[in-house]
Amino acid sequence: MPTAFQRIYTKVEEITKATCTVRATDVGYEDLATVNGQLAQVVKIMGDEVTLQVFAGTEGVPTNAEVIFLGKAPSLKVSEALAGRFFNAYGNPIDGGPEVEGEEQEIGGPSVNPVRRKQPSELITTGIAGIDLNNTLVTGQKIPFFADPDQPFNQVMATVALRTAADRIVLGGIGLTNDDYLYFKSVFENAGALHRIVSFVNTTEDPTVERLLVPDMALTAAEYFAVEKKEKVLVLLTDMTLYADALSIVSNRMDQIPSKDSMPGSLYSDLAKLYEKAVQFDDGGSITIVAVTTLSGGDITHAIPDNTGYITEGQLFLRRDTDIGKVIVDPFRSLSRLKQLVIGKKTRGDHPQVMNAAVRLYADAANARTKLENGFELTDYDERTLEFAREYSDKLLAIDVNIDTDKMLDTAWQLFAAHFSKAEVGIKQSLTDQYWPENQ
Amino acid sequence: MTATQQHTTGRVNGIISNLVLVEVDGPVGQNEICFIQHGDTPLMAEVIKVMGDKAYVQVFESTRGLRPGMEVRFEGHMLEATFGPGILSCNYDGLMHDLSTMSGIFLQRGDYTSALDLKKEWAFEPLAKAGDEATAGHWLGKVDENGIAHKIMVPFKMKGRYTVEEVMPAGNYKVQDTIAVLKDERGTEYKVSMLQKFPVKQAVKAYREKPRPFQLLETGVRTIDTLNPMVEGGTGFIPGPFGSGKTVLQHAISKQAEADIVIVAACGERANEVVDLFVEFPELEDPWTGRKLMERTTIIANTSNMPVAAREASVYTAMSIAEYYRSMGLKVLLLADSTSRWAQALREMSNRMEELPGPDAFPMDLPAIVSNFYARAGYVYLNNGETGSITFIGTVSPAGGNLKEPVTESTKKVARCFYALSQSRADSKRYPAIDPIESYSKYLEYPELQRVLNEQIEEGWTEKVNELKNILLRGKEAAEQINILGDDGVSIDTHLVFWRSEVVDEIILQQNAFDEVDARTPMDRQQFLVNKVLEVVATPLSFEGYEAINPYFKRVINAMKQMNYSEFESEAFNQNMKELEDTLAERKQAN
Repeated sequence: MPTAFQRIYTKVEEITKATCTVRATDVGYEDLATVNGQLAQVVKIMGDEVTLQVFAGTEGVPTNAEVIFLGKAPSLKVSEALAGRFFNAYGNPIDGGPEVEGEEQEIGGPSVNPVRRKQPSELITTGIAGIDLNNTLVTGQKIPFFADPDQPFNQVMATVALRTAADRIVLGGIGLTNDDYLYFKSVFENAGALHRIVSFVNTTEDPTVERLLVPDMALTAAEYFAVEKKEKVLVLLTDMTLYADALSIVSNRMDQIPSKDSMPGSLYSDLAKLYEKAVQFDDGGSITIVAVTTLSGGDITHAIPDNTGYITEGQLFLRRDTDIGKVIVDPFRSLSRLKQLVIGKKTRGDHPQVMNAAVRLYADAANARTKLENGFELTDYDERTLEFAREYSDKLLAIDVNIDTDKMLDTAWQLFAAHFSKAEVGIKQSLTDQYWPENQ
Repeated sequence: MTATQQHTTGRVNGIISNLVLVEVDGPVGQNEICFIQHGDTPLMAEVIKVMGDKAYVQVFESTRGLRPGMEVRFEGHMLEATFGPGILSCNYDGLMHDLSTMSGIFLQRGDYTSALDLKKEWAFEPLAKAGDEATAGHWLGKVDENGIAHKIMVPFKMKGRYTVEEVMPAGNYKVQDTIAVLKDERGTEYKVSMLQKFPVKQAVKAYREKPRPFQLLETGVRTIDTLNPMVEGGTGFIPGPFGSGKTVLQHAISKQAEADIVIVAACGERANEVVDLFVEFPELEDPWTGRKLMERTTIIANTSNMPVAAREASVYTAMSIAEYYRSMGLKVLLLADSTSRWAQALREMSNRMEELPGPDAFPMDLPAIVSNFYARAGYVYLNNGETGSITFIGTVSPAGGNLKEPVTESTKKVARCFYALSQSRADSKRYPAIDPIESYSKYLEYPELQRVLNEQIEEGWTEKVNELKNILLRGKEAAEQINILGDDGVSIDTHLVFWRSEVVDEIILQQNAFDEVDARTPMDRQQFLVNKVLEVVATPLSFEGYEAINPYFKRVINAMKQMNYSEFESEAFNQNMKELEDTLAERKQAN
């Protein structure tokens, strides 16, 4: 490692909006450098021509800029002292506190050997029935909120973070507005949870390309707590759409051929590398990732949500239910892929069937509503599904619900019995025998 | 390929992501394997383009920290799979390194473990004797591998005719011990061990003939076996948007299919899904032999966070292993989830090489690559008259769920079964979400298969299957009419047509993969169910008005669903059947 002395280059051969090229030797791929004091990273080497991506942009970089290679990849100093602190995309404190001392860890490190992973099996409860009942979360899972920018995803995410029994919460703020950054800060402070939280924040005021470092910084910190301290770590990444946008800017400036929606062809791998850091270790440590992917007009076929959906273990949709005037977790489009590992096993045995029956009846209600809108007469069954749907939305799907899972199941049975016959609900007889409320 | 061959060497000259430019001092071959020496760690790479004395290599690892000037050594051969006893139950990475013998929690660069246990001894029994004529793939002997007779064959690389000079007597041997000596026509002798290597991108052709497939491959999934059957040696693909249940369906097939060997290529997908297999397969029983599922399974894992370049290699490695076992006369099922990730890996590399892109920036030769790959599956007559097969089912993850994209279209041209997963079925939790009307099995049109189905299941089976399809199609039309005209705007008959198709949908198509009984339906039970459903559908019913139809059919469906959840012909099953008969009797039209 060339730490004893560092060679300084002062002849920049080429400058583009995001990169500059110098002639240099003995430079490692992905090494960090500074260009007139600004951080940059090696993105291409051709013979002695080294191309650097300058994170803050190349505005004002002259051809005689001072280029110093640091001989290492981007890294973060990890220790217990990270807790309770706020950092920028480079891992430098932004809360006025001292530098963190600790072991220097390269970010974006190797993947976990799949045979060393443990099957996720520990339930995460949030009290929100739209999640716990229909889309149960498990430690080691990765799941995004798919939401339009006007929806209260950051609030829901903060609620989820504070209600879960995570040992540590790592916030990766990617292009967060200053208002949202202050919102998270005050919510965590008010809940007295600051000591459990580590934050890496790139706000909209910071250079765009810098935010490419935020998820890796957050996940490196998470790995430290999950591996070294065997903690249950919850990582919040908001907003991953802005991360992907930054990727497309860089690939565009590197003259790469864009694929669908002007996104780089490597978008799937780039996102997967981050999301797959979610893991359950054998010794109890785990990393769970809850992210936000903002959509444009609810379009999930756009390359960013589409690739994300193929990587993550489900997705959560928020929707305003006009019948009850509340935001609910949409039961049709939301999905937790790992729920099968815990529902009916870590929760009550009737959970899977109750969940499915309720969603099926809710779907019948949606059909009835379509009929109504088209001016057709409703059958008695249709009427009953609509009544059911309204109560189901209000008592279970709304995000302001905060009850435990058994209570959710009991509520569902009561709604079934209030509106339907056993045959209409269609649940296995052994379960109806046990749980059907007879006194209705 | 002799041992004295001079190895070409070279030095790193440029790096862009995992594409590395190497200046070489001698001959290099396209797709040749090389190792870049990064400190003490050799990093494996493959030549993908040569320009003068510059070779472009794709590195199967992260290239972080690589520098110009680092030494490169070329191996003189392409990427190879290692064959021999001990492959079954193993979990490999895309390059066939054993994941379970790697050290540490994290995958370290350059931790290249052996595919086979070189120290383990196997009880060898000879099958050939001195004086026998032999060509590549000829069975020399066998060992017992997890209850399967693993044939030791003349290495596939050995071209031409040989005479067996000597086969070792029965006894315990390690995989690298000599078990036979062969002599070619010029009199040169060759020692053969139980271990052989073969390039993954070349098809193993040690068979006599590849006929059209004709045997049903039972999967226990009703909507496949009954409506759109897969055959031994057939090809199929499952496209579907995320959340439509591709992986659950593939896992169900891998657990239940009537195959001797199952190879699962987890290609660029979620690591937790692979962990499911690691956890479940050693516990679950193979419904056909009662042995543990893991004993017949090999998993090739290149999860989405593992190096992209090895993603392409992973599907080829899996296919090579399948060909190896097919050459032993075994029924192999190969599953790849998802082939789109492999196509994306090709796209990334094509992009970095600045090739002119085809549709959606995929390389121009994508259809040819896909087609060549699917063509490696098939039912074969081996040179000794025995039969073997590779059935290949790949999933496709179409961007945005839109089937008009290059990977789906390329695959549709070559795969004979199409299992289209529908978002609307998935949204209404109608699993497996295989669209009964869009999907097809070309094999159902094969007279060879029709003959076998008529013999093995019952005379007139394919007519019954077509009848079910008609009911579904008519039901879909009726549903559209009801939606347009309203419940009271259509005749009672239209309602009945719709509800009868709902019976087929709810009872035959829908199946709960997480219910112990319902998850797998053996063929005799499927036969019973088809006849029962057709009987219910054919029952003439009388109704005064349409209002009573919905609740009535809900009861019919509920009774039959309970039957699906009960053990075949058990007490609960018979009781529910009685309930069904009673319900039918209520409305049965007296003729």
